[in-house]
Amino acid sequence: MLAYTIRRIILTLPVLLGVSVVCFALVHISPGDPLISILPADASVDLQERLRVLYGFDRSYAEQFLLWLSRAMQGDLGTSIATGRSVTTEVMRAVGNTLMLASVATVIGFVLGSLFGFVAGYFANSPVDKAASAAAVFGVSVPHYWLGMVLVIIFSAQLGWLPAAGAGPGGSGQWRLDLEHLSYMILPAITMSVIPMGIIARTVRALVSEILAQEFVIGLRARGLSEWGVFLHVVKNAAPTALAVMGIQLGYLLGGSILIETVFSWPGTGMLLNSAIFQRDLPLLQGTILVLALFFVVLNLIVDVMQSALDPRIKR
Amino acid sequence: MADATIDLAPPAPIRSAGFWRNVGGRLRRDRTAMAAAFVLLLILLAAIFAPLIAPMDPLEGRLVNRLKPIGTEGHLLGTDELGRDMLSRLIWGGRLSLLMGVTPVVMAFVIGSAIGIVAGYAGGWTNTLIMRTIDVFYAFPSVLLAVALSGALGAGLGNALFSLTVVFIPPIARVAESVTTRLRSSDFIEAARASGAGALTIVRVHVLGNVLGPIFVYATSLIAVSMILASGLSFLGLGVRPPNPEWGLMLNTLRTAIYVQPWVAALPGVMIFMVSISFNLLADGLRSAMEVRQ
Repeated sequence: MLAYTIRRIILTLPVLLGVSVVCFALVHISPGDPLISILPADASVDLQERLRVLYGFDRSYAEQFLLWLSRAMQGDLGTSIATGRSVTTEVMRAVGNTLMLASVATVIGFVLGSLFGFVAGYFANSPVDKAASAAAVFGVSVPHYWLGMVLVIIFSAQLGWLPAAGAGPGGSGQWRLDLEHLSYMILPAITMSVIPMGIIARTVRALVSEILAQEFVIGLRARGLSEWGVFLHVVKNAAPTALAVMGIQLGYLLGGSILIETVFSWPGTGMLLNSAIFQRDLPLLQGTILVLALFFVVLNLIVDVMQSALDPRIKR
Repeated sequence: MADATIDLAPPAPIRSAGFWRNVGGRLRRDRTAMAAAFVLLLILLAAIFAPLIAPMDPLEGRLVNRLKPIGTEGHLLGTDELGRDMLSRLIWGGRLSLLMGVTPVVMAFVIGSAIGIVAGYAGGWTNTLIMRTIDVFYAFPSVLLAVALSGALGAGLGNALFSLTVVFIPPIARVAESVTTRLRSSDFIEAARASGAGALTIVRVHVLGNVLGPIFVYATSLIAVSMILASGLSFLGLGVRPPNPEWGLMLNTLRTAIYVQPWVAALPGVMIFMVSISFNLLADGLRSAMEVRQ
């Protein structure tokens, strides 16, 4: 177990290096002089040169990369051009909100998806299966930002039951656990949960119908085990894969929350990215993406290790 | 006499033609898949013949006519925030939306298959190098990678297409690599190699035919994702620029109107949804017709 974990961590290191290269490159594939957004329009050539040296843009890419990487590893992701605050501070403040939203959405998606998947797998090819499969196709096909809009139209604009935007009353930027804040979370969380719901339903349905067709299930039934007992065996066999899919989906939602956060003005990393893009705030863009990608890589690592703990056959 | 002995051309691939005919036959009996294909064909035809079908100019509107409801005289699906005819814009919007959704997958299909086949067929260090590089792109959730690239490159159709292509190359390359690796050690490839066929011939004659099927099915379902992502980029303001009609961008500009004409504002999303779900259903049908398992 420990050996597997260590080997898995070592295998992650080159990926992490690759991720940092991509994030570093983001600033350099961006058209135009990277200094342009901080320089005053009438800056003298002399000032330009001094700033270039100050920011290290006069050095080779390799040198710049190493410098940037060593700073990033110490938690210094540079300074936001738009706000003048440290990128790390900005990202860390936003990431909590996104994590909160994505976790709630993943749990909703997992519960509903497993429910649909189990029912569909147990009654394969019945009308119930067809309905559950239709719900799954809906989940993976619907443009979630549009679904968010439709929910706002119905529950905020028409019925007036739920707030349409923000994370709390009066544009509160920080999420807290109380009823008022909870009401702000309902619509974005439901919208976001539709994607993992569809994917988990599909996975669980395939798993359950596959497990039910195996001989050990017939054996269990032949030995007179109750249907509930058989069900528990099916759950135990389906759990590792289903949980792994759930973990990976959480990672996707963390990284993919930009569209939903834009629709609901949710003050998370997605909103941060959005403003970074439109203010051409490249350090902020770079930092946010690096942090989100790191989350995703680490989450995948945890999922892999947990999965091998639950199901020792997976260890390769 | 001499002609008969020299003729070493590979025999015509009779079996593969039969295979595709079988798949076609099975697909035609699949009502859901056929309905999906029909919807897609309809939307595609409407987009191609937009100048003939659309009742009005998609770019011209009168502000006095802004945000008319669905069913207004002369504006069957209402008007948008600048008084432009929604029906015409939805029909015209199909052009850019379909282009943005399909092109990245087609490009990734070509590039990704090539990368995957090379990695799979070469094996060894070449494989390790290529596949570990691909793994790096897997470390980014697809939406994040698309937004990161097009955000850094700046808004615009070309940049959006490029970003989406980069997003879809790794998954396609992975499928192509795994199928090719499995094929490489199979008996009929061994036999071809033993009878002196070069690497290129083997790939062209034996590998491609076996690899392209599974990737094709996979790519069909990727188009569904690509439609949502591409329109999503436009929705964020990173894709097509106004005033051009594109479903994602229309959704974005109409967002302010949800308290005035909510159902008109929701219309472009219906189009994205229809195309996306049709591609998913078609891919499901293709998969079961080919009995390919993911």
